[in-house]
Amino acid sequence: MRIVCCIKQVPATDSVRFDPEKGTLIREGIRAEINPYDLFALEMAVSLKEASSSGSSEVIALSMGPPQAEEAIKEAVSRGADRGYLLCDKRFAGSDTLATSYILSQAIAHIGGADLVVCGRQTTDGDTAQVGPGIAMRLNAPCATGVLDASVSDDGIIAMKRVVDDKIYRIKCALPMVITVEIGANTPRMPSLKGKMRAKKMDIPVLDADTIGADEGRIGLQGSPTRLSSTYVPEFRGRHEVIECPSDEAADRILSLLKDFGAI
Amino acid sequence: MAENKGIWVLGEVNNKGPLALTLELLTKAYELKETLKEELSCVLIGKDIGNASEKLFEYGADRVICVEDDSLEPFCEMQQGKILAFLCKQRMPSIIIAGATDRSKAVMAMCATSVGAGLTANCMDISIDSDTGRLLQTRPAYGGNLMATIVSEKMPQMATIRQGVFEAAPCLSKYSSNNEGEIEKIAVPQDLLQNPFHLEACDEIKKDESSPDYENAAIVLVAGRGIGDETSIKGLKRLSGLIGGVVGATRPVCDMGLLPHSAQIGQTGHIISPNVYMGFGVSGAAPHTIGIQGAKVMIGINTDKDAPIFDFVNYGFIADAKEVISSLIKRLEAKK
Amino acid sequence: MGKVNYFLTEEQKMIKELAQQITREKIIPIRAELDEKEEFPWSVMEALSQADLFALFVPEEYGGIGGGCMDICIALEELAYGCIAITTTYAATALGSYPILLYGTEEQKKHYLPHIATGEKLAAFGLTEVTAGSDAAAIKTTAVEDGDSWVINGSKQWITTGGEADVYTIIAMTDRHKGPRGASAFIVEKGDEGFSFGKKEKKMGLRASTTRELFFTNCRIPRDRLLGRRGLGFIIAMRTLDLARPGIGAMGVGLSQAALDEAVRHARQRYQFGQAIISFQAIQHMLADMATQIEASRALVYAIARTIDTGEKDIQKLSAMAKLFPTDTAMKVTVDAVQILGGYGYMKDYPVEKMMRDAKVLQIYEGTNQILRNIIGQYLNKEYS
Ligand SMILES: Cc1cc2nc3c(=O)[nH]c(=O)nc-3n(C[C@H](O)[C@H](O)[C@H](O)COP(=O)(O)OP(=O)(O)OC[C@H]3O[C@@H](n4cnc5c(N)ncnc54)[C@H](O)[C@@H]3O)c2cc1C
Ligand SMILES: Cc1cc2nc3c(=O)[nH]c(=O)nc-3n(C[C@H](O)[C@H](O)[C@H](O)COP(=O)(O)OP(=O)(O)OC[C@H]3O[C@@H](n4cnc5c(N)ncnc54)[C@H](O)[C@@H]3O)c2cc1C
Ligand SMILES: Cc1cc2nc3c(=O)[nH]c(=O)nc-3n(C[C@H](O)[C@H](O)[C@H](O)COP(=O)(O)OP(=O)(O)OC[C@H]3O[C@@H](n4cnc5c(N)ncnc54)[C@H](O)[C@@H]3O)c2cc1C
Repeated sequence: MRIVCCIKQVPATDSVRFDPEKGTLIREGIRAEINPYDLFALEMAVSLKEASSSGSSEVIALSMGPPQAEEAIKEAVSRGADRGYLLCDKRFAGSDTLATSYILSQAIAHIGGADLVVCGRQTTDGDTAQVGPGIAMRLNAPCATGVLDASVSDDGIIAMKRVVDDKIYRIKCALPMVITVEIGANTPRMPSLKGKMRAKKMDIPVLDADTIGADEGRIGLQGSPTRLSSTYVPEFRGRHEVIECPSDEAADRILSLLKDFGAI
Repeated sequence: MAENKGIWVLGEVNNKGPLALTLELLTKAYELKETLKEELSCVLIGKDIGNASEKLFEYGADRVICVEDDSLEPFCEMQQGKILAFLCKQRMPSIIIAGATDRSKAVMAMCATSVGAGLTANCMDISIDSDTGRLLQTRPAYGGNLMATIVSEKMPQMATIRQGVFEAAPCLSKYSSNNEGEIEKIAVPQDLLQNPFHLEACDEIKKDESSPDYENAAIVLVAGRGIGDETSIKGLKRLSGLIGGVVGATRPVCDMGLLPHSAQIGQTGHIISPNVYMGFGVSGAAPHTIGIQGAKVMIGINTDKDAPIFDFVNYGFIADAKEVISSLIKRLEAKK
Repeated sequence: MGKVNYFLTEEQKMIKELAQQITREKIIPIRAELDEKEEFPWSVMEALSQADLFALFVPEEYGGIGGGCMDICIALEELAYGCIAITTTYAATALGSYPILLYGTEEQKKHYLPHIATGEKLAAFGLTEVTAGSDAAAIKTTAVEDGDSWVINGSKQWITTGGEADVYTIIAMTDRHKGPRGASAFIVEKGDEGFSFGKKEKKMGLRASTTRELFFTNCRIPRDRLLGRRGLGFIIAMRTLDLARPGIGAMGVGLSQAALDEAVRHARQRYQFGQAIISFQAIQHMLADMATQIEASRALVYAIARTIDTGEKDIQKLSAMAKLFPTDTAMKVTVDAVQILGGYGYMKDYPVEKMMRDAKVLQIYEGTNQILRNIIGQYLNKEYS
């Protein structure tokens, strides 16, 4: 079984600071990390491989990003992926989810396809949860989002438990397919020392737009129909009053406020 | 793209009728319709979606487009996404909005990919640009520290929208004048009625016995880490009982296991718009405050005069929230 | 910023990074709770095994990584930054494995080490008895040959990971009349006939680590569980401790560093008399001494660990020094850290009181610091004779 696990490198949330005056990110001190939700995906991919009876199963990590996203792939290797590819090309920059899912699906086809594509539920930056389903549509494969648990039988049927809003479904489906793994579905393993050493020595092949046969009109800004038109820092209006007082007095004032608003 | 016309709301129904979120979206979409003068349709795809239409007309739909089939359970995003894409290619709407639920997000992503459209996720506002007539889709970025307005260069313009950001209101004028909305049952090609999923079992997730309806609560009392201990949370629940509110929490309080994750208020929890919000020991971090902007009156209690919550609320009290809670309880119980 | 360059190899940097990650993600979030509840750190043991840290001290031919003393010291230092009790549990498995590594037959190594390398099995080392602490030669537990087996009788006291571990290397008297040459080392497995455990000890610190008595009541084990030769018991024990002591020193370094970090952070934030207390020279001087002693400890541990890795055989004095100074430093630094935090330091809401409670054991186990001074002193006497 060939499992492709898609991972995105994102700014570590605790390193992202914001300048409220200017309405911009403070660039210094931002650390990059694997989207934490992708660790659940990777863990599921690696455990499915380990549980697979075929000795030739493998997990391939795939990431689109800048050159330093190679780190994310190496970390995936240290956490159990067998190898990986970096999708890196200036022309990919500015891709929205439509273009991203196109690029990732082209890459999957280029490397010989997959029996199972495992994605994270969503990322901590773009936070759209659109890329997994997008890849599935392009590969014309079924997609199950929010997968909590999965097992694959020898005849290529995947049994899954998945959450969709207020329902838990137990379903079966024939591979190939795409799944996105629910946040908290498992406990991601630690990187291993052996894996880290292996990753250190490993060459991560870089794929560009030409290699994967991507159509220039469908990638990067050109291939992205969503456009950022403006941004603003949320502001709050209305009455504004801050009082320092003993807690008894605060309680009195709160009660009278609640009365004024007809809340009690 | 001039030929694209029509505003669609991808609706969701359960056995009790349309979801509150669907009605919120219809109410908002009706506003867009007034500006654009295009037809407003609600699209329903599923099994047993039967008699939800009445309510949908009441909230402004001119037309309900139904694709109903037994093969549509268990939920399969590819199948439903392809059906929506099929309808979309046939009818060419200019706008499709849907709730930011697991279901609709996946179906919309499938459909957008299929038709090559842009899709903006988790919007907190939408409106029509008065110059261009385009849909302005506003969503939080960077933990809600920034709001980004996005437009789509392709038709249809697609967006998913968080629950609780718009208020649902029946559209009375329309309902009285013309309740003859049209229900259209669409037959889709047979290959779209193939569901690749084989259902083994389906369970409703049992709501926490005490899981309140945050979106519709009139008073929400939020526990922050400043009162992050069991005794204080008990106190807050008691207070909440006395004033008829519901208790929510910030993320760390949920992470600490003091309240369930379903009680989380904010960007990744419930977006609320109560009459009164009260934050006890809440610092006022953007991911939290983004979820409470809709509150009519906001009260914050924090010991730190520099806490960001004080820039945000209408009434701030620099005081020990634990003491304020006991004090409020004492006063309210004395009255009884 | 002004960091000493210890010229770590690429692999050592990886070990450090990995151990830091475990400390940050898996240890620090639960250490207070485990301490309070006296709970065994299974979740961290799992993380350590996933990370291959149990493979670190096992040679490659037995499924390990074949790290040296320096590599292990780096891991121990970083883990100890988070919690001494949890780190002790890890270190005890290394300690319990060293006799097999050093003296095991090929069969014994093949049988035990691969399971230890994966973290599937934890190990423990049993020397101390009621009557034999510093005076290890006073042990009373006996092992008698009986046909194809050894029959062990007696008990061991305060054995780290006792009850939780699967593999125990223990020292017992086989030929009492031969004195110290009459002891031998054995491998005992959990589940062996006649082998049982006492209750979990209640301790001042190190509370997430289990410490138990081991009981041997006609405990019968196969002949091939003897380690090395009959009569090598104390030599095996001493060589095991020699190899392990720099690791305890490294734990002292990690713990001290954690206490210093807490103290500086607090001193910068805490205002009294209108200023941050770090602006008082009395506080600065305490911090300066702490920082200097920590760096000296680290340099000492690293230098000696590297010497051991060169294959130096005569390491008893060096490894005693590598434990002595850093653990005395850890005691002093943690006491001072509590002092700098004042009342906050004394409260369980802050981590330094636990650090102080935990530090004490480092001066006691694996040879009390008095015994280590004896060793160093005797060496000096010999060296200058
Ligand atoms: C603040 C912000 C808001 C944005 N809003 C939108 C929007 O509303 N609509 C839109 O179309 N685009 C949006 N984008 C752009 C979007 O982030 C990018 O298209 C991005 O490449 C993928 O989307 P995502 O991060 O939302 O991923 P998601 O769809 O949330 O990710 C799901 C999974 O897909 C996989 N995946 C995602 N990206 C990659 C990658 N680069 N390499 C490998 N695997 C990957 C991972 O497994 C991931 O867990 C936004 C970006 C930002 C920074
Ligand atoms: C991607 C992302 C999504 C997130 N989503 C959410 C979300 O949906 N909802 C959410 O809430 N958070 C969310 N967070 C977390 C958010 O960033 C903050 O960490 C969180 O809101 C802070 O919670 P808090 O105010 O309870 O705690 P803190 O920030 O620790 O604040 C505690 C406050 O209590 C005050 N205090 C202490 N003692 C007392 C006392 N006795 N009386 C009164 N005041 C006292 C302190 O002065 C302090 O201001 C998210 C974070 C990220 C990165
Ligand atoms: C938490 C914990 C875990 C332990 N784990 C293990 C384990 O896994 N395996 C194991 O075998 N043992 C273990 N031990 C036992 C430990 O190694 C002994 O406690 C240690 O060797 C000291 O022995 P004692 O406690 O009997 O002290 P004693 O030997 O009774 O010493 C008491 C005091 O007298 C001093 N003293 C004794 N003799 C001399 C001397 N000749 N000169 C100067 N001073 C002297 C000592 O330094 C000490 O201060 C553990 C102990 C503890 C507390």
